Amino acid sequence: MRVLTFALALAAPLALAEPSARHVEEIHVRDFHTKGIVKREAVAQDGILRICTITNDRPPAALAQVLEADQLKTIPFPAGSLMGDWKRGENIAQSGRGMTWTDPAGTPNGGSCYNCHQLAAKEISFGTLGPTLLAFGKKRGSGADVQKYVYGKIYNAKAYNACSQMPRLGWSGTLTEQQIRDLVAYLLDPASPVNQ
Amino acid sequence: MRLLVSLVCALPLAAFAQDAKKEIEKYQQMLGEGSPAELWEVQGEELWKKPQGPKKASLERCDLGLGPGKVAGAYARLPRYFKDTDKVQDLESRLVSCMTELQGRSPKEATQRVFGNADRPAEMEYLVAYIVGQSRGHKMAVPNSHPKERAAYELGKKVFFYRAGTWDFSCASCHGETDKRIRMQDLPVLSEREGAQKAYTTWPAYRVSNSQLKTMQWRINDCYRQMRYPEPEFASEATIALTHFMAVTANGAPYRGPGTKR
Repeated sequence: MRVLTFALALAAPLALAEPSARHVEEIHVRDFHTKGIVKREAVAQDGILRICTITNDRPPAALAQVLEADQLKTIPFPAGSLMGDWKRGENIAQSGRGMTWTDPAGTPNGGSCYNCHQLAAKEISFGTLGPTLLAFGKKRGSGADVQKYVYGKIYNAKAYNACSQMPRLGWSGTLTEQQIRDLVAYLLDPASPVNQ
Repeated sequence: MRLLVSLVCALPLAAFAQDAKKEIEKYQQMLGEGSPAELWEVQGEELWKKPQGPKKASLERCDLGLGPGKVAGAYARLPRYFKDTDKVQDLESRLVSCMTELQGRSPKEATQRVFGNADRPAEMEYLVAYIVGQSRGHKMAVPNSHPKERAAYELGKKVFFYRAGTWDFSCASCHGETDKRIRMQDLPVLSEREGAQKAYTTWPAYRVSNSQLKTMQWRINDCYRQMRYPEPEFASEATIALTHFMAVTANGAPYRGPGTKR
């Protein structure tokens, strides 16, 4: 209840000149249209993005916990080992294709990982929006808990950090279960170039 | 020992990354010196003066904010509020107004092909190149005092920070922190003066990867495509507000476009 009251209070405009969050969303829904595989509905916000926008990505800790618990429920963790094939994972990490309105339906999507993260030392063309993942598995091992964390983080990053800038790659339908397992192996397999 | 090994391994890589960065900067500087955009400017001026539409009129009497026919410095003061349309308009939406009012063309016809390609650029791209070229060296002085301009600025700021789309991004996801990049591409912080002054003043631009001059409406459109959003309407309130917010933030810097981009 307190969380709800807080969220409502935040939703009110802070100054008269500022348009309300609801008005801003209405303008987006009005001013964007479906094109190719991307539907107009994607410009509307779900509850968590609405709160992240209103709080400048810094929701109070109690609210963040509730949001993260909600997001965690969206992750269908597969049973058994989550380690796929790191070689396939490397291609997925390299590829930035897919999910735009110019991508034909049915083509395999990439994970765009290198757009934001450093992974294998040999790849020098990497982005810096996300933290470096160099030697990720070497530092953490590849036990069941780590596998589960990495799988979940890729499937829905907001389950671990409510207003993370990282896309919810499984939840959004970008990556398949097998693709995420291959990325888990790319990060954790001792033979992967990430850990060399 | 292990630390030493990793240091030795890391050094040549860091040096290589530095070299690559220097190469890119050199290339960008080279591109900035002689711009194919000038060819677009010449053709744009011809189109500006060419009688077209049911009224067989040219655009020479078009008011871009400084009075009918005054082109010099007009782009450095756009977007702005226009009394006749009672709206804040950017360059492209204002050109559409002039096409409909002066030339008697329908808004549908005037906007049916606003983004061209290398084989067949669009009329809008030629016109934009000519007009923005006439603001080269002019200090950005985008007005923000009319209530509708202030409202556009506030809305534009909200649009900049609005998170949605298939991948949960806002403009700030990539353009919100200093010294970040996507792959090797540096990202200016467009919501702050330094970044906006550096980047906004170089658009519209000739883009080598497209072999073509690209407008600000196209730049925003293609950002949203890469953000995995649906497509924004051409010259919609949301895109004009966003442009106004960035333009006002860039105020004070000389306009340097139309430049050349990778």
